[in-house]
Amino acid sequence: MIIPHPLLGPRDAQEFTYLGDASLLNRPDWQAENADAAFYDYQYLRNNPAGVHRELWFHEQGDRSWLIVTRNTVTHEILGAELAVDVARDMSTKTETGV
Amino acid sequence: MRYSAFRILKEALSGHKGWTPAWRDPEPQASYDYVIVGGGGHGLATAHYLSKVFGKARIAVLEKGWIGGGNVGRNTTIVRSNYLLPGNEAFYELSMKLWEGLEQDLNYNAMVSQRGIMNLIHTDGQRDAYRRRGNSMILHGSDAELLTAKQVRKEAPFLNFDNARFPIKGALVHRRGGTVRHDAVAWGYARSADQHGVDIIQNCEVTGFRIENGAIKGVETSRGFIGATKVGVSVAGSSGKVMSYADMRLPIESHVLQAFVSEGLKPIIPGVITFGAGHFYVSQSDKGGLVFGGDIDGYNSYAQRGNLPVVEDVCEGGMALMPMIGRARLLRMWGGIMDMSMDGSPIIDKTSVDGLYFNGGWCYGGFKATPASGYVFAHLLAKDVPHETAAAMRFDRFEKGLVIDEKGVGAQPNLH
Ligand SMILES: Cc1cc2nc3c(=O)[nH]c(=O)nc-3n(C[C@H](O)[C@H](O)[C@H](O)COP(=O)(O)OP(=O)(O)OC[C@H]3O[C@@H](n4cnc5c(N)ncnc54)[C@H](O)[C@@H]3O)c2cc1C
Repeated sequence: MIIPHPLLGPRDAQEFTYLGDASLLNRPDWQAENADAAFYDYQYLRNNPAGVHRELWFHEQGDRSWLIVTRNTVTHEILGAELAVDVARDMSTKTETGV
Repeated sequence: MRYSAFRILKEALSGHKGWTPAWRDPEPQASYDYVIVGGGGHGLATAHYLSKVFGKARIAVLEKGWIGGGNVGRNTTIVRSNYLLPGNEAFYELSMKLWEGLEQDLNYNAMVSQRGIMNLIHTDGQRDAYRRRGNSMILHGSDAELLTAKQVRKEAPFLNFDNARFPIKGALVHRRGGTVRHDAVAWGYARSADQHGVDIIQNCEVTGFRIENGAIKGVETSRGFIGATKVGVSVAGSSGKVMSYADMRLPIESHVLQAFVSEGLKPIIPGVITFGAGHFYVSQSDKGGLVFGGDIDGYNSYAQRGNLPVVEDVCEGGMALMPMIGRARLLRMWGGIMDMSMDGSPIIDKTSVDGLYFNGGWCYGGFKATPASGYVFAHLLAKDVPHETAAAMRFDRFEKGLVIDEKGVGAQPNLH
């Protein structure tokens, strides 16, 4: 598999290590009422789709950035890659502005 | 029809005209008491024990493809009872005992071959860990032996003992472990279940559940609706997909694992040898092919094929362990989809829907579990209480912090 790194161009997936579903970026609020349940959900439960999956890959043997790769789990086709920091920043601006 | 030496002789003399199909090919009925989703080893074993041991009737196994087309026909056939943790080992020991009597129980030659499993040791730390595991195995009624390097050399002289990075310092041996012909396990259970009245329905994909007021009413399939009082899901790598039809998210990710077979060679490997440090294990089939494999590819996958980096990694492991393997040609390789759970152990439990039961999370080690998995799942379906050896294999263990994590690596499925 070749991952289109947003900064470095096409890179062999071998240079990366795999973490899992991109939902791991949405760490629950530990002070919330339902923190127990939310962390159980966050830590253990997965959609595990057969099809398009957004997932976290770490460029360990490269620039050590985290990417969110969109990939089809049935065909292994890679549909795109973004820097995880950009996605996380977008997510936090959205929550701050209440969008 | 009972199989026996006498029957073979009789058929040989009468032109083999008397053999009948090993199981029927029935049309699905409108409804059943028990519907098992998935005709892999576990689904078929469940049907066998449910009918034969627990005396239940009106049972169907629904398989989307053909019997034996899933992981039961794709694995590297190793069976063992060498787990460490209390929540696991009693279960795997039950499985080993069932393997030992399986062929008589099924009247089918499954080529159960207890040729032993050797886990190689390279460091003092590893020896301590294996000594502890061996003691735990013995406490659960299994068998274990610690070998010195000299003893290993006697049993497997072809290994590379003086590898600079991983010199071989000894091994943990589990003599009752070994291999079983995987296809025969599927066929033997299917034939026996069929003889006990179970309808095995192939080419019948479950596409949804009918749930009313929190209780199961039946399953939607590619061959129409089939009513059911109880539904047991046993679809291994497809667990996430199938349970999503009931709006359930599981502590499971699907990953691909590859396996490899060389051309047929004269007998050379005495049993199963595992080289954990090098992510490689090998045995030799009765036909002579070296059967080997290594790690899962490591990313979510529903494709029954892997990628080249793992092929390279496995072959490197093989070369490091037994350089002579480089002379053998690779004949076949393939992949299967693993239901990797969050702690590396399986789940056999009721669900939040009345009458809907789940069996999955087998990771790369569910073949050895086939008899016990079928037995305890049948127990749960028939009696609504878990079998004592599977009482820890519950859904709520993650929420309660009671995970069964053999490797101790945490909620990271690709590391188990
Ligand atoms: C390469 C490889 C090597 C392995 N090596 C070993 C080993 O050495 N030792 C060991 O113990 N284990 C091993 N395993 C693991 C073991 O094979 C599995 O854990 C075990 O076979 C899973 O249970 P099963 O036999 O019921 O699965 P399967 O045979 O996969 O059965 C599940 C069935 O469900 C069917 N299904 C899926 N979705 C639907 C649907 N919607 N409707 C109807 N049917 C459906 C599938 O078609 C399939 O036939 C290995 C696996 C692989 C892939």
